[in-house]
Amino acid sequence: MTQTSSALADEAPTMMQRFVKSHFWHSFKIDRVAQLSFMVFVAYILMALLAPLLAPFDPYDPASIDIMNSELPPSWQEEGESDFWLGTDAQGRDLWSTILYGTRVSLTIGICAVLLQALLGICIGLVAGYVGGKVDSLLMRMADVQLSFSTMMVAIVVLAVFQATFGTQLYQDLAMVMLILVIGIAEWPQYARTVRASVLAEKEKEYVDAARVMGLRAPRIMFRHILPNTLSPILVISTVQVANAIISEAALSFLGLGMPVSQPSLGSLISSGFEFIFSGIWWITVIPGVVLVVLVLVMNLLGDWLRDVLNPKLYKG
Amino acid sequence: MALLDVKNLEVSFGLRSGAVKALRDINFSLERGERIGVVGESGAGKSVLGFSILNLISQPGRISAGDVRFEGKSLQNLNDKDMRTIRGNRIAMIFQDPMMTLNPVLTIGDQMIECLLAHRQISKAAARKIALQKLMQVQIPSPETRLDQYPHELSGGMRQRIVIAIGLLMDPDLIIADEPTTALDVTIQAEIMELMLELCERNNVALILITHDLGVVSQVTQRTMVMYAGRVIEQGPTNEIINDAQHPYTQGLINALPQMGVRGERLQQIRGSMPSLQAIPKGCAFSNRCDYASERCRVIPEFTRSGGCLVACHMVEELVAQSENKAQDGGA
Repeated sequence: MTQTSSALADEAPTMMQRFVKSHFWHSFKIDRVAQLSFMVFVAYILMALLAPLLAPFDPYDPASIDIMNSELPPSWQEEGESDFWLGTDAQGRDLWSTILYGTRVSLTIGICAVLLQALLGICIGLVAGYVGGKVDSLLMRMADVQLSFSTMMVAIVVLAVFQATFGTQLYQDLAMVMLILVIGIAEWPQYARTVRASVLAEKEKEYVDAARVMGLRAPRIMFRHILPNTLSPILVISTVQVANAIISEAALSFLGLGMPVSQPSLGSLISSGFEFIFSGIWWITVIPGVVLVVLVLVMNLLGDWLRDVLNPKLYKG
Repeated sequence: MALLDVKNLEVSFGLRSGAVKALRDINFSLERGERIGVVGESGAGKSVLGFSILNLISQPGRISAGDVRFEGKSLQNLNDKDMRTIRGNRIAMIFQDPMMTLNPVLTIGDQMIECLLAHRQISKAAARKIALQKLMQVQIPSPETRLDQYPHELSGGMRQRIVIAIGLLMDPDLIIADEPTTALDVTIQAEIMELMLELCERNNVALILITHDLGVVSQVTQRTMVMYAGRVIEQGPTNEIINDAQHPYTQGLINALPQMGVRGERLQQIRGSMPSLQAIPKGCAFSNRCDYASERCRVIPEFTRSGGCLVACHMVEELVAQSENKAQDGGA
């Protein structure tokens, strides 16, 4: 008996085998756009993670910056220097290194802000959907109020007040944390609404009744039974939200309320080059701009693909 | 002391148009190891009865009167924490559709272990062992593999076996089975019912079998309650009810069963359909569909003993007399 059962256990597919056979993997294999987007996205992640290794200069180290090198064009142009592949910015920093570090900053802010959004939104949405009644009304009205302030408006007010109250020095030190907090808190209703809608649908299913009949506690039912069933919409909006958060951060930086010039994100790089763009120094703005656009584009494409895969009802013929 | 004692149970749903009573005046008790069938049309309140025993009626419903006692302890006054020690642990419930009652994103093993860990202080490995043992009890082939499979990988019959195994996990004293075979095809139905009967007998588990299938009831239960529009209208030993139904409604149900032997005859059906709970006729709820209704049926009938059963019908005596006459005429 034990022998047969262990033999059968061996036949059970491993995680890897399950994955290779899955619809998820299959639809990835036949979708060129998804493959390309994924490759580009992975390249970005690697760029961000390996920035200190890849970058020829350290843009955060003032000693390595020579103001005499400022505003050099990319190396393929006539006046370019071979040391600076993509040229230099107004302070003489190597643009390629700065972009690598900037991508790192942008992605960190985007991902952390979305994690915060997700944490808040999922908890609030789950409780609102599962408990219902007055709690639901209260939480969803809070979400409505939050949504009626635009993210940018909230962020501008909070960041400007913070900067004015605590001074620029402290602001520069805490800029990344502040951006994550502001973008994270401003956008939680997106998650809360999505999660609540799915919970309302899932709650009526019999497996929830069955879980209650088993004598499980409400938090256990919410997080272990209902939440995994609502993961697909959460995954889909997450990709879009990371892209949105990166754009928000870039826009705030462009307005001078984001990352300081000493630790530029892609957005603050774009804005720092903006004043020179009409004197023909295009690369400081355009190159980080292209990097940002491509990053947001591949994330949105991945999100689209994910939505199609995870929702079989949206069958593309 | 009876295992379960339901007294004057009344469940009402507060709607905008006023409270609607889904259950009225339900009385029954159940001994250890006893199996009782609850039959009736859709909407008669059978499932609400099951949920009200576990105190799990969803809003806006509530138990508005009466009492459910389990081993002499009233279940309504228990707080949520104490109630959870009863649910799943002492009283288990099995639902109609095994496709829906298992969580699609958790493996069978996860779901079983979770239930065990919610009630007992044991290690995961020990819980897995118990789960495996229960899967063997419900005669699932290669139980060890099943533990790591997801519900969609199994057939309907297999899933219902797993649902039963989950019900048995904590060795409950009472199982409430809400139409456990309705979603299955006939051959699987028979297997599942046989399995449930065997498991209940072997472990001395009491069973409340909610169904609209009189065949299943006659196969498994010792006693039967017939429900109509939220009330019990007839109750008694199962074979009495099947063979010698007294209430016109029960007779109608039994006559509506297709007979294998008779060809070419129209199936007899009860005319009309069950009224909505807001439009129940005064007095006997069945009076507007009953062939024998008279003026007396304007008053709610009390239970009277007729044959081996308790029947709530004013016309029982006349009916009995009629059928005796008929029998004599037939004989003469």
